[in-house]
Amino acid sequence: MRLELRDITKQFPGVLANDRISISADRGKVLGLLGENGAGKTTLMNILSGLYRPDSGEILIDGETQVFRDPAEAISAGIGMVHQHFMLVPVFDVVESVALGSEPVSGLAATFDRATARARVVELSNQYGLHVDPDSKIEDLPVGVRQRVEILKALYRRSDILVLDEPSAVLTPGETEELFGIIRGLAAGGTTVIFITHKLNEVLEVADTITVLRRGRVAGTVLPHETSREELANLMVGREVELTVTRGPANPGETVLELKDVFVRNDRDEMAVRGASLEVRAGEIVAVAGVQGNGQTELVEAITGLRHIDSGHIKVGDTLLDEAKPRKVADLGVAHIPEDRMRDGLIKGMTVAENYILDSYHREPYSSTGRFDRVAIAREAAKGVKEFDIRTPSIETTVGSLSGGNQQKVIVAREFSRPVKLVVASQPTRGLDVGSIEYIHRRIIEQRDAGAAILIVSTELDEVLALGDRVAVMFSGRIVGVLPSEQATKEAVGMLMGGVH
Amino acid sequence: MSGLRRRLRPLAIPILAVISAFIVGSLFLIFTDIPALQVLPTQPLDFLGTAVGNVIKAYAALLTGSLGDPTRFADAFRTPTPENWATAIRPISETLVAATPLIFTGLAIAVSFRSGVFNIGGDGQFVLGALGATATVLLLRDLPAPVTLVAGLLAGIVFGMAWGFIPGFLKARMGAHEVITTIMLNYVALQIVQLALRTPFMRPATGSEPISKVIDFVRVPALIPLPGLRLHWGFIVALIAAALVSYFLFRTTKGFELRAAGLNLTAARYAGMSAGGSIILAMVVSGALAGLGGAFQVLGTVTQMSNDVNSGYGWTAIALALLGGTRPGGVVAAAILFGALNNGGHEMQIETSIPLDLLVFIQALVIMFVAAPDLVRQIYRLRRRGPEGGAPVEEGAAA
Repeated sequence: MRLELRDITKQFPGVLANDRISISADRGKVLGLLGENGAGKTTLMNILSGLYRPDSGEILIDGETQVFRDPAEAISAGIGMVHQHFMLVPVFDVVESVALGSEPVSGLAATFDRATARARVVELSNQYGLHVDPDSKIEDLPVGVRQRVEILKALYRRSDILVLDEPSAVLTPGETEELFGIIRGLAAGGTTVIFITHKLNEVLEVADTITVLRRGRVAGTVLPHETSREELANLMVGREVELTVTRGPANPGETVLELKDVFVRNDRDEMAVRGASLEVRAGEIVAVAGVQGNGQTELVEAITGLRHIDSGHIKVGDTLLDEAKPRKVADLGVAHIPEDRMRDGLIKGMTVAENYILDSYHREPYSSTGRFDRVAIAREAAKGVKEFDIRTPSIETTVGSLSGGNQQKVIVAREFSRPVKLVVASQPTRGLDVGSIEYIHRRIIEQRDAGAAILIVSTELDEVLALGDRVAVMFSGRIVGVLPSEQATKEAVGMLMGGVH
Repeated sequence: MSGLRRRLRPLAIPILAVISAFIVGSLFLIFTDIPALQVLPTQPLDFLGTAVGNVIKAYAALLTGSLGDPTRFADAFRTPTPENWATAIRPISETLVAATPLIFTGLAIAVSFRSGVFNIGGDGQFVLGALGATATVLLLRDLPAPVTLVAGLLAGIVFGMAWGFIPGFLKARMGAHEVITTIMLNYVALQIVQLALRTPFMRPATGSEPISKVIDFVRVPALIPLPGLRLHWGFIVALIAAALVSYFLFRTTKGFELRAAGLNLTAARYAGMSAGGSIILAMVVSGALAGLGGAFQVLGTVTQMSNDVNSGYGWTAIALALLGGTRPGGVVAAAILFGALNNGGHEMQIETSIPLDLLVFIQALVIMFVAAPDLVRQIYRLRRRGPEGGAPVEEGAAA
């Protein structure tokens, strides 16, 4: 079916979230909807799925005006949503999850007709190459498969228009490739797909047309083969953006971080890091590539004092880390940008100022003899906000209400507010928009140039290649190769990531 | 948004919850009045008159019962004898007497909630504090009264602390869930009290009731020097405790650690804080507050230890902590409100023969409305609080 949104406007108090937005997608085509966080993508999709009603503008399906009073009406008009955060019941199996809400019934007691539901799930799964085992429990399935269950749910409800909201955010590169295959298959079968993302490469790869949103408006609609990453980034951000921050050659000094045959266990008591060895010197960036789950998380936690080392040793400067004490490690001059900022790095119910002092609150000038100096805290936090260009109404605003990019800047500002010898950054730009990525990268390179040793762990190959003076690859708990940046090509690193060496 | 409005914002839900509870309570009052309902089909206007009249009478009695009767104040001004003044002030004095233990236990629970620990053991900590205070003053009865009194209050703190420390330690070091351990320790505490009350040391010379000797030889001084007013300095100490708790939570590094652990344990650990330490500290502070409340109850209000020295203060405290938004000032306000309802209810029951249970009903409604803030928002068409000045949660929050 052909979908068209015409001049959609939605005003929230203080924010014009959608300002006369018009988009359209033909039957069997993939529309990429590209925009930074806060550009209005999610509002627009909430309007399309019946959660919000637009202040003005129309929704047309095959040329007919539609009014959705609630999500049920949008579903019955053929619109299926796959949300960024999945809406599945962990203890249900695939058939139950897919059928939930529109279960076929049989018999006098109108009991759930599992056989019919199952048959249809299998049929759809085969038809679109989704490869989902209908009888597995949701909680046992990897994230990529759960997403396919969500897609199945939409198809099961005979959706002709499928909306995917940031579908690759939770996927590995391999799973993302599979997803693209599925999207192409769906489109070939006549489904209209709307693919929402902030990742340039993805729309270029999978979309038939690309509409870029910026600050609630359409910044442009382009065709993938007539555009470039640079043009898309400029449309998204509204100014020239450096996709790869330029950096001078590294000037490595003495070794700051030394890992020797390190073994670390994960939470399930399995050996996750198995004999990793690596050195990071002052004034260089070592970027660790690897598919998620190859021991990177545990390795970083061991370096930052959050996890015990089973055997081997880790040295920061001349100090041997022999017990897991995050504060001791921080006192050695280690800045840590953790993997999951909302879980590990910030307390979202606390203010910007409180988060700014989260790991140095016990020191001067923030406190003495256990009591806070509120004047000093306000002064320093305001300085950090200014210096790191954190966009927040005030330092008393709770961090949870800031955008992802600004949240990450709070962490970076905090970690770099102390004297830094070593920076350990895990997924430093995950989920951030182009402008914030550029900013964070620039700050990290500044630290390098000021003489800090930098260890970056990222599953984004682009990031690893853009930042690493040396690229290390982690596979199955070991560092399986270290390449100088001139030898670190996508192919070479990709091979090592897959365990081929 | 102006600073003042931002400051007042957290008050909207609790205040509207209280108003809603009284409205629903009045409907309950109207529709359980069977004789009045019988005239409804024939004389609807009469019914309406009676109904509104009853509601006004009931709530007026509640007000005079909890705050005081204007005519008695007028009498006191006209003939200012101590007795007249005492009569005029007595209702509000009794309201604050009822509020005092609630402030202590409410603060105790608020501290634990702030640290993410659900202390359900306020009851146990309260009664053991009361027992410790009683035993101590009995033991030290020959010392000068002020010394005995202070020792008794300190004993209340120590006993409460100890009873808070146990579940705190078990959770921090062994991962035992505090809801289970504190509930169980409530029973243990009650049995300890039973046992203690049977010993000759505590038991009065005659009688078989489970009550202790009267300990009125030491008594927390009265706050208002008028005959028959029970309000004592424990109330002032409760207010000071609220101020100290507020200072502790928001102005000290230990309080910061405790709140950080309560909001996000992982991030607190990443920031180098000791999560176990915060849990134990929170439980110890919590226990100390509840224990001190118990000590003031026996040394200031009831002058005798018994099984029923605690009338569910530890449980009510959970509601108060929620109603007060786990802010010490809010807890004090909530405790005084509940004290007023408990105390004014008696007057209402006598004046209008409306059973005290209406007040329990209203208290339950208050808690229900506070626990369901979305319901209150819908009824009063409040906007949901979004980021940066009221916009609904946008994509920034998800990313």
